[in-house]
Amino acid sequence: MEMREEAAVSIATRPQLSHLRALESEAIHVMREVAAEFEKPVLLFSGGKDSIVLLRLAEKAFRPAPFPFPLMHVDTGHNFPEVIEYRDRRVAELGERLIVASVQESIDSGRVVEEKGPRASRNRLQTVTLLDAISEHGFDAAFGGARRDEERARAKERVFSFRDDFGQWDPKNQRPELWNLYNGRIHKGEHVRVFPLSNWTELDVWEYIDSERLEVPSIYFAHEREVFARDEMLYAWREGTELIEGEEIFRETVRYRTVGDMSCTGGVRSRAATLEEVVLEIAATRITERGETRADDRVSEAAMEDRKKAGYF
Amino acid sequence: MGEDVTLDLLRFTTAGSVDDGKSTLIGRLLFDSKQVFEDQLAQVAQASERRGGSGTLDLALLTDGLRAEREQGITIDVAYRYFATAKRRFIIADCPGHRQYTRNMVTGASTADVAVVLIDARNGVLEQSKRHAFISALLGIPQMVVAINKMDLVDYSQARYEELVEEFEAFARKLRGGKNPRRTATSYIPMSALNGDNVVERSAAMGWYDGPPLLELLEQVEVAYDHPGEKPARFPVQWVIRPSNGEGAGDYRGYSGQLASGALRVGEEVAVLPSGARTRIAGIDTYDGELEEAMAPMSLTLRLEDELDISRGELICHPEEAPAVARELDADVCWMAEQPLRPGGRYVLKHTSRQAMAVVDAIDDVIDVHTLERDAPPEQLALNDIGRVRLRTSAPLAFDPYAANRRTGSFILIDESSNGTVGAGMIALASR
Repeated sequence: MEMREEAAVSIATRPQLSHLRALESEAIHVMREVAAEFEKPVLLFSGGKDSIVLLRLAEKAFRPAPFPFPLMHVDTGHNFPEVIEYRDRRVAELGERLIVASVQESIDSGRVVEEKGPRASRNRLQTVTLLDAISEHGFDAAFGGARRDEERARAKERVFSFRDDFGQWDPKNQRPELWNLYNGRIHKGEHVRVFPLSNWTELDVWEYIDSERLEVPSIYFAHEREVFARDEMLYAWREGTELIEGEEIFRETVRYRTVGDMSCTGGVRSRAATLEEVVLEIAATRITERGETRADDRVSEAAMEDRKKAGYF
Repeated sequence: MGEDVTLDLLRFTTAGSVDDGKSTLIGRLLFDSKQVFEDQLAQVAQASERRGGSGTLDLALLTDGLRAEREQGITIDVAYRYFATAKRRFIIADCPGHRQYTRNMVTGASTADVAVVLIDARNGVLEQSKRHAFISALLGIPQMVVAINKMDLVDYSQARYEELVEEFEAFARKLRGGKNPRRTATSYIPMSALNGDNVVERSAAMGWYDGPPLLELLEQVEVAYDHPGEKPARFPVQWVIRPSNGEGAGDYRGYSGQLASGALRVGEEVAVLPSGARTRIAGIDTYDGELEEAMAPMSLTLRLEDELDISRGELICHPEEAPAVARELDADVCWMAEQPLRPGGRYVLKHTSRQAMAVVDAIDDVIDVHTLERDAPPEQLALNDIGRVRLRTSAPLAFDPYAANRRTGSFILIDESSNGTVGAGMIALASR
């Protein structure tokens, strides 16, 4: 190497803190900041793996006291029954308060109109139900489990993501986030989405679930169920699902990498029946979580971005 | 996976102008380290074709997200990318290269352990690269890697490489001293991101270079939080845990936060600032149990021997290594808003977990983006200006100079009416 006045970069001796512990510490810090600086936070809990991790992080951040916020689930009415069962059990275990915001009620009250046809999904309707619930309860901050690695439009999301009083996200209006200083000041009627898992990858989430021995809904593990193939994905069949000409129901051993509404979440063929097997499968996988299994992102290249502008998660 | 494999976490920035090949470099890192998922690749291949690409994969498209950017073919915001190797987990803060996006460079640099600065071997050390190096040093990134890229276009010439190293060194030497930060530890690597030379694989074409390729260097370099024992303990109180369910747990009072630097042990005497109260650590609690000792950057909950009434925003430290406490500060401020900063301007200041009002007493200089010299006091700081500012706060702050501690030496300024984050500050010293 060249002779120079001062040192080249220093080589590390041994790691002080594992990456999971570093990420965990950062996430706990974020949650405590929100608790301290907002009047009425809420934690959006879907029963999916990311929100499961959020619950554990909330325990680490706030115990031995109760959480300084309730949990909320935006229920489309089309959730996997296994997930609802899991949700109720976990909430009871924690002794925390759960609010269920129902998309069905939004439909019944005329706030939204249900899509029709075989490709109908209540996915987009969730946005209205969510925003109505936020407004009704006066929530000023909502924790979500979104990560930046999930999708291209999320790579630029901040940890604190500002929504205006229409619940909309303007990419040009987000605040710079420096160091670990979060500016949570808002005007009345506005709210912030907070993503403590911003820097976590899908693999980090699973490794954390493994290291914490967290229970997750059984659909994440290989199981047999009735499915049909559509648009290169395997959808779960349930009572009332409309099939397109030529589609058939068959039994298959699948697992779910992500837990969305049943109508838009596809399973993947898999034999991974335990946490360790799932982690190994993901470490080896080459398809992103959302690409493989979420029909909602496929619509256009900028699908997620468009939905965020409208106030989606 | 498993307790015997401990990966740690390294954050690095990449900066370079549109044509330096920065996005190609990142794409190459992700691609070669096998972290790029197939469907992302498929999306990129399709988009590449639509844009009339040459047929080879345009790796730069992997890192462009937003629609506006994709349409213009440039990067306009900090994008975070994640990947891991068998040795380490990485976070890339990919910062845009244009001057008007200084605010984004400053943002991405604020938490980075390493800065990767790109230089185009044909064009030499441009103003852009100098500015990035300067901002990286100002933001306290401890280590820098200067990647001299596009070596394939200069026939992999060693002479050209050494000429550029020499030129950059000359610039770096000039930067030091006066109000500017210490020299950052720097390494140089000749590479071709397009062809993959010295990014992940060693270059067969540059046998004269005996250093490691970029990824190997990034796997080995020190993380900023290494050696916590060598830094003074700084624990900003973030949140007070006082369960009041009347079951005996009502007696529990814990002070939660994230250790900003250093280490704390049970039994040690500590001081609480700015009040100056003294007590001892009775216990260090986490959800997973009690600890004898905790180190930065752990998040934890402290129990103290004495019943003090400590609130969010106070700082706990060892009494013999206390930070300064003052209401008047000199700081380098990067201005991030359309409305300029002027003497007399009043803002909300957030420092660690503390908020106060701040008034600008004076603007002492502004850094010229072309020469990187500090010019005579300007009337104002405009968007993307960086200058030395004197501030007075409504309440005393317990702080360190930024050069000594990035967490306790930094602050943000917030506009009271718009609520926007308008400035990023790095404390130089107390004014008095």
